[in-house]
Amino acid sequence: MIPAAFDYVRAGSAAEAISLIGQHGDEAKFLAGGHSLLPLMKLRLASPSVLVDIGRVSDLNYIRDAGDHIAIGALTRHMDVETSAVLKEHVPLLAHAAGYVGDPQVRHRGTLGGTIAHADPASDLPATTLALGATYVVQGPNGTREIAATDFYQGFLESALEPDEMLTEIRVPKMGGAGWSFQKFNRRAQDWAIVGVAAWRGNGSSGVALVNMGSTPILAGSVSAALAGGASVADAAQLAAADAEPQADLNASTEYRTHLAKVLVRRALDEASH
Amino acid sequence: MTVTDDRPAAVLGSRLLRREDPALLTGEAKYTNDLQLPGALHLALARSPYAHARIISIDLGAALAAPGVVAAYTGADLTDLWAAPMPCAWPVTADMKNPAHYPVAVGKAAYVGDAVAVVLATSDAAARDAIELIDVRYEPLAAVVDLEDALSDRVVIHDELGTNKSYQWDLKIEDHEGAIDEAFAAAAYTVHDRYVQQRLLPMAMEPRAVAAVPQPFGGDITLYSSTQVPHILKIMSAITLGIPEHQLRVTTPSVGGGFGSKLNVYAEELLCLALARKHKVPVRWNEERGENAVATIHGRGQIQHMELAADAQGKITAVRVRILGDMGAYLQLVTPGIPLLGAFLYAGVYDIPLYDFSCTSVFTTLTPTDAYRGAGRPEATYAIERAVDSLARKMGIDPMELRKRNFIQKEQFPYTAMTGLTYDSGDHLAAAEMAAGLADYEGVRARQATQNVAGATKRIGIGQASYFEMCGLAPSRVLASLNYSAGGWEAATVRVLPTNKIQVVTGTAPHGQGHETSWSMIVADKLGVAPEDVDVLHSDTAIAPLGLDTYGSRSLPVGGVAIAMACDKVIDKAKKIAAHQLEASEDDLEFAGGTFTVKGSPDKAMPLAAIAFAAFTAHDLPDGLEPNLEAHVTYDPPNFSWPFGTHICTVEVDVETGHVQVLQYVAVDDCGNQVNPMIVEGQVHGGVIQGLAQALFEEAVYDTEGNLKNASLAEYLVPAASDVPSLTLGHTITPSPTNQLGVKGIGEAGTIGAAPAVINAVVDALSGLGVTEMMMPASPNTVWNALQAAQNAHSQTTAQNGATK
Ligand SMILES: Cc1cc2nc3c(=O)[nH]c(=O)nc-3n(C[C@H](O)[C@H](O)[C@H](O)COP(=O)(O)OP(=O)(O)OC[C@H]3O[C@@H](n4cnc5c(N)ncnc54)[C@H](O)[C@@H]3O)c2cc1C
Repeated sequence: MIPAAFDYVRAGSAAEAISLIGQHGDEAKFLAGGHSLLPLMKLRLASPSVLVDIGRVSDLNYIRDAGDHIAIGALTRHMDVETSAVLKEHVPLLAHAAGYVGDPQVRHRGTLGGTIAHADPASDLPATTLALGATYVVQGPNGTREIAATDFYQGFLESALEPDEMLTEIRVPKMGGAGWSFQKFNRRAQDWAIVGVAAWRGNGSSGVALVNMGSTPILAGSVSAALAGGASVADAAQLAAADAEPQADLNASTEYRTHLAKVLVRRALDEASH
Repeated sequence: MTVTDDRPAAVLGSRLLRREDPALLTGEAKYTNDLQLPGALHLALARSPYAHARIISIDLGAALAAPGVVAAYTGADLTDLWAAPMPCAWPVTADMKNPAHYPVAVGKAAYVGDAVAVVLATSDAAARDAIELIDVRYEPLAAVVDLEDALSDRVVIHDELGTNKSYQWDLKIEDHEGAIDEAFAAAAYTVHDRYVQQRLLPMAMEPRAVAAVPQPFGGDITLYSSTQVPHILKIMSAITLGIPEHQLRVTTPSVGGGFGSKLNVYAEELLCLALARKHKVPVRWNEERGENAVATIHGRGQIQHMELAADAQGKITAVRVRILGDMGAYLQLVTPGIPLLGAFLYAGVYDIPLYDFSCTSVFTTLTPTDAYRGAGRPEATYAIERAVDSLARKMGIDPMELRKRNFIQKEQFPYTAMTGLTYDSGDHLAAAEMAAGLADYEGVRARQATQNVAGATKRIGIGQASYFEMCGLAPSRVLASLNYSAGGWEAATVRVLPTNKIQVVTGTAPHGQGHETSWSMIVADKLGVAPEDVDVLHSDTAIAPLGLDTYGSRSLPVGGVAIAMACDKVIDKAKKIAAHQLEASEDDLEFAGGTFTVKGSPDKAMPLAAIAFAAFTAHDLPDGLEPNLEAHVTYDPPNFSWPFGTHICTVEVDVETGHVQVLQYVAVDDCGNQVNPMIVEGQVHGGVIQGLAQALFEEAVYDTEGNLKNASLAEYLVPAASDVPSLTLGHTITPSPTNQLGVKGIGEAGTIGAAPAVINAVVDALSGLGVTEMMMPASPNTVWNALQAAQNAHSQTTAQNGATK
């Protein structure tokens, strides 16, 4: 549990962080809350030669009402997302889901930007923001661009971020009173989900995304399409895994995972429809 | 009317807070790895990534050239350092096969994690970096993971043995030849179940840590280790290294748990000792968590075939047990004896006349197994308690009722079992009835009837386990009959200092149990002093040279009783001094509240404090009496201690997801008199959760190549507080008749009762859907699989019935 040797620099602002990453090249990595990166380094599954610590870039720690959406700075901790009054009012699904990330220690350290940039299909908030139709703002040496969540996740721990780009803001549309549900199925309270479902339904529309049902967070488009076409919740839920490619692991076989997704999507939609 | 009582409240039986806790809770406690050892070299071990492989070559060149590296060795380089292979103290049969096992493998690696080379460097980081530079060429061989496959000898692991079978051990008691077969033939009901005791990782909070510190002159060496067994470690290290035992001192700073995993003599302890002597500097090693998962022993690992025969009323007439035990790659300190610690308990708490037990143990290419909380007894209890539930299901009667028909009755104690052991005391019916009351057994059955209906998503189940535990290891003569290489006595010294403060020296080696608190309470009660005036010294062979350490729920019923006996000896001597100075006859003195008084003349009195000082000055002692007030006792118990109890678990199973929710857990344990009920509760809490963890969460999962798939705490599911129910505890008190304190062990009881109670509850919840089998851990996926299998079996029968119509 001793990582390989590395250098450490601390950035004071987003601009400085991007320039530092640029200077140190491919072997450098941003360090936000460190709760995904440091475990990998301790197991020597990752050995960046330089860490650019953005944990204290305080101008990226905010939650703001921006009219039709809520803007969240990438360095906002899970605990702040969970307890935010603004989010509880306008995007209650996200605030609620953030309360299911790990344990209180993890939530006080880990950041929303970190979990999205890490793009772990088993993490709760990438799928939740995907279900909500979020947009991610990233900043690189050549300026700023926006990436829709639906275009962001490209493979296992792979995203549309370039190595010298930094995720700076997450924009989540207001839910406008839609019903919602977050179903996290795991064996121990602090664990990642075996299967998770983030879902909302309202105004004739819906969004359903799956945690840990493939190499990326999965948008269950077939379910929403079925609902839009008038299918019952029970029938739509049968399509839960239609867009997924579930893998087997120590906690679940592929068949069981597929079955769980159907059960949990049904339960989520039942809850969101009330 | 009010009764005033100005005597101090009794210490024994009070909920005194643990004196150990302030240091532990504030982080002040010092563990082995906290030791400051200037100039120490750090040991790191290169471990085999293969479960079974020939070592073709090892190139240490790059490691030796790495910064901070002082030395590097292969197993072959070190053979001169060993006078004997690593010890196995329990050759259970005369023909037991035991492959020579050295701290670093030579020629062949036999499990993932087997050490193949070592590095010494000036820092832990440098040593671990250098390990990655060691170039080992292996010829991988086929792994042996499955026990039945191991028994087939398809792949023989230890060439020199010619077989993977280590031993077969039988315990057959029949009143005449063929009686058991007849009992099965004549039975109205029989059960034949197969259970699997999965491998478990003990996961003590503090991984192992070792430091060996040679003295600059004279050859003495001190070994610090996070161990449960400093005394055994000292003897075995002296033998293995061929060094004079009197020049070796073993001591343990605070030890962060063991659960049996630190009841051993490990390669790293021997390596630190040998290399510290060789390099003449301190050598230390600190285990990483992932290393702990493969290099520290595992628990359980058995396949059990359990058969019961019963008459039409459900009276069990015979039990037949066949065990296949997983030794792992080598025999560690007591590996082969673990399944046999349960050998006598497969009849559980029942009056069963015929008994037939046989255990065959095999080598696999996996981490060695050894003692893990309960060691053999949870396995036995699981098998009999699940089999009793199976029998009840076959008969269509309530399992509680079936148990009542078979319990050994209170009047039958002391009860000589067909295995030859004497159960000294017990009242199973009382424990079961108290547990049933606390669990609202009838109420749950009523709820079950309304809730477990066709189509219900959530089904309720209630499960019971009644257990007898054979612990308090152990009468030395019985250990001799089991071929164990040591005795089971315990030593104690009680020393009254001149100022009437007390020093107790114990041979027990606490690592979380609170002995300092409990032992001080025993002495306070005996000598009439305050517990805080009693200091308890332990876990240092220079201070407590005699002892057999802490395991097998032995410390209180053996070590604590030894202390009480030493107190009696102190009182006897003090009485002589008091009689002399008070000019009274010893027979006329009575001792209470720390003072001797002459019967009938309460003004003639002498407190222990005055006697202690008189014994120290020795100015005026009776002729022939030695100065000082001190007594030593070595106590060999006449029998095991026999705690018992009933646990009842209520669960709700989500049949869609397979998730098991424990609604209530009741544990009624009888450990005789309780020195400190708060500490008893702590032991039961931890024990029950560990047993529940085996039932629902934990398993060391191997792939077919012999790789441990869950070697981290992210994947090996030790439940946290949020994942387990709060427990409802009850106690009956049946004092042990074999020791003056009336105490029995309680360290393992919780673990023994929990796994069968939980699994019986899960099966009970689902039996209406045709589920009769359940593997541990009953994970959601496993439960779902069982439901699928039951459903498929059901639809097949329905289809077949349809076809024959
Ligand atoms: C014990 C434990 C339990 C956990 N349980 C859960 C759980 O149940 N559910 C769950 O969802 N997660 C869980 N997590 C993960 C947790 O949510 C992490 O905090 C999160 O995944 C990563 O956020 P971080 O800020 O710690 O990122 P870091 O670990 O600092 O970084 C992760 C990766 O993202 C990159 N990165 C970070 N920030 C940026 C940025 N702004 N721009 C570009 N790249 C960036 C880093 O370079 C790195 O590659 C758990 C973690 C632990 C340790």
